[in-house]
Amino acid sequence: MLQVSIYRYNPETDSEPYMQDLEVDTGGKDLMVLDVLELIKAQDSTVAFRRSCREGVCGSDGLNMNGKNGLACISPLSETVKNNKLIVRPLPGLPVVRDLVVDMSLFYQQYEKIEPYLQNDTPAPAIERLQSPQEREKLDGLYECILCACCSSSCPSFWWNPDRFIGPAGLLQAYRFLADSRDTATEERLAKLDDPFSVFRCHGIQNCVAVCPKGLNPTRAIGHIRNMLLQRAT
Amino acid sequence: MVTAVTNFGRSGLYDWLMQRVTGVVLLCYFGFIGAVLVTHPDISYSEWRSTFEPTWVRIFSVAALLSLAVHAWIGLWSVLTDYVTPRMLGDKANLLRGLATLACAITLFTYLVWGIQIIWGS
Ligand code: SF4
Ligand code: SF4
Ligand code: FES
Repeated sequence: MLQVSIYRYNPETDSEPYMQDLEVDTGGKDLMVLDVLELIKAQDSTVAFRRSCREGVCGSDGLNMNGKNGLACISPLSETVKNNKLIVRPLPGLPVVRDLVVDMSLFYQQYEKIEPYLQNDTPAPAIERLQSPQEREKLDGLYECILCACCSSSCPSFWWNPDRFIGPAGLLQAYRFLADSRDTATEERLAKLDDPFSVFRCHGIQNCVAVCPKGLNPTRAIGHIRNMLLQRAT
Repeated sequence: MVTAVTNFGRSGLYDWLMQRVTGVVLLCYFGFIGAVLVTHPDISYSEWRSTFEPTWVRIFSVAALLSLAVHAWIGLWSVLTDYVTPRMLGDKANLLRGLATLACAITLFTYLVWGIQIIWGS
């Protein structure tokens, strides 16, 4: 029997959050954490969590499992559980809506701020804007982000200033458009990032790199943005 | 909202650069002081004093002192805007942070003037 401790909070009935302890029969299999949550849900249908694709593609089930953020659907128990105990909490730093479901508004607001779409004011060509294979390669390690918020919600700088620090996820996407050869708004994009908070609250702690379930490296992207700002100023 | 009015420079980049540059100056200075202590293990007070006599050492010392003040200012401002904010402490936080920032400014300025006086005084 697997010992599970799960964060519960229903704002309509609970005065404060609490940890609920349960036992789950995993049948001795190395299940994913999401499977365990589904087993719990079969016992107690009031447990709330988000999920959709169950294969690490949609980014809905970002959770804090035994102290580390990740996607429940691709986190095997063998890599998560310590001493037969699984502790599941919502992503840290974001307001809890209910149980494991968090309010991601601040996270999305930061994403919106970086204008995550291609901007090009030159006349559109007949078919499409072409890129050389080398130019396309620059977007590798950037475009794969699924906006699960595992990184930003593990970043202390984002905890303290979620309204002013863009956070690792947003900055990775900011760089994705700064690095795109088809985008012509580089100057405007950089000008909006050159305040003391948006980029420069990153202190290089690299929590974001440690948790990204897609193996992306926001810290490196932030370094690139910093260099672009530096070059722009000199 | 945390406002940026009290930050030292005009941009985040400028602050970040200053933090790096002043860091390097401080590193060099403490390297120098360390070297003096290592090469003179039994340094006497008069020897120690005379180390600071040459004009270049005085200039170096003032540069280090200035760097320290700037470095501390940017660092403390960052810490205060991380932790002493309405998000962390509620409504009174902005007033509190203003006072704390002022206290930091006065302290750093005092140490700066006092330090220069010590370095350039006979
Ligand atoms: S960078 Fe990684 S951890 Fe962050 S939102 Fe994107 S996929 Fe999730
Ligand atoms: S490296 Fe920067 S963005 Fe990543 S967790 Fe640390 S402070 Fe946050
Ligand atoms: S359910 Fe889609 S990423 Fe986990």
